[in-house]
Amino acid sequence: MTLDLYGFGPALAAGALMTIKLALSALTVGLVLGLLGALARTSSIKPLRWLGGTYSTLVRGVPELLWVLLIYFGTVNLMHALGELFGKPELELNAFAAGTIALGLCFGSYATEVFRGAILAIPKGHSEAGMALGLSKGRILWRVVLPQMWRISLPGLGNLFMILMKDTALVSVIGLEEIMRRSQIAVTASKQPFTFFMVAAFIYLGLTIIAMIGMHWLEKRAGRGFKRSAA
Amino acid sequence: MNWEVIFKYLPQLAQGAILTLELVAIAVLAGLILALPMGIARASRHWYVRALPYGYIFFFRGTPLLVQLFLVYYGLAQFESVRKGPLWTYLRDPFWCAVITMTLHTAAYIAEILRGAIQAVPPGEIEAARALGMSRFQALFYIILPRAARIGLPAYSNEVILMVKASALASTVTLLELTGMSRTIIARTYMPVEIFFAAGLFYLLIAFVLVQAFRLLERKLRVDALQGR
Repeated sequence: MTLDLYGFGPALAAGALMTIKLALSALTVGLVLGLLGALARTSSIKPLRWLGGTYSTLVRGVPELLWVLLIYFGTVNLMHALGELFGKPELELNAFAAGTIALGLCFGSYATEVFRGAILAIPKGHSEAGMALGLSKGRILWRVVLPQMWRISLPGLGNLFMILMKDTALVSVIGLEEIMRRSQIAVTASKQPFTFFMVAAFIYLGLTIIAMIGMHWLEKRAGRGFKRSAA
Repeated sequence: MNWEVIFKYLPQLAQGAILTLELVAIAVLAGLILALPMGIARASRHWYVRALPYGYIFFFRGTPLLVQLFLVYYGLAQFESVRKGPLWTYLRDPFWCAVITMTLHTAAYIAEILRGAIQAVPPGEIEAARALGMSRFQALFYIILPRAARIGLPAYSNEVILMVKASALASTVTLLELTGMSRTIIARTYMPVEIFFAAGLFYLLIAFVLVQAFRLLERKLRVDALQGR
């Protein structure tokens, strides 16, 4: 294996950057969906509970790859109709947007369960105390429930983020030029499949290690205030 | 939604589903066999026994299955010795490549489940076995492993479901399992929503049946009672 990677180094680096961008944007979408899902799942309104449950069950039961393909190829007609409505018939969901939505959807469905568990783990007395202090429902959610939920669910979210980081590789199937796709291009040009897929593997390994360190730091930071108040 | 198309291609999708089940069945069973010694080694007290399975598990859990699949299917062909070797008949067949990759991948996860389960066996039970005069191996086979099997079963069932979903990746190496078959049908009909919808239902059905089957097994093995719940 030569160290200059047959001149594909910069392309692979750009791919790694794209992978990070995709992971972060899918994470954002997933966190929002997960939060909404968990609030629906723990709501006192029955149809909302049902909706949240259906979301997490349906999305978790179908492979991530299928979601990527379905959202990329399945929305062509929908986007076309939307495009005509806004006078842009060429409107199309690009691979990045489709990947973000699909991976965000999958992350959100797992995050729903993590957040739900965290919400249920918060002692009931806390929100009752908030109510006794005369806080509104919205303020109890914002000031009491969410901060605690966040701290409890961090380890679970860390795991999910690591899985998301690896799942970004799936978006290469619809042509987004992230690490996996860039490696495939390099393989076609160099005829060195093992070399380049191994390089891709180690880039993913590096990214998951960085993510792991970041999550540990975040957990420590989130736990700090808690320990102080508990002591 | 065009239901006619779904009904028309149902038999082909079912055929794909059978291949999916075959892939998963071989992978999770072979993975379990491979994971047994690894999980035991991983729970060892000596670092040099733990080190090798740790490296293996770290690599396979830290990289995407897609990369691993491409490494086996496309990557190994880079080496002349592999192409001329006796295993080439299997290594150029996408089915065996998918089976090998999925087995290696799931073995890493199952080994971690096993390690957790072995370490969760109450120390008092192991001490009791040793006090009764059982050798280390007897304690392992008669006490620790049967107990760990029950403790690890719920996590193992999760892993099986995850492998059902992961098997969709086999479609990227031209295998016509459920996702691969759907993509082939879509190339013919241009109806992605309908066919992927039907494929999704198949996956949901498979997952549902497996969840129920494992629940039954857990009840039969009385997993809940043994875990003090």
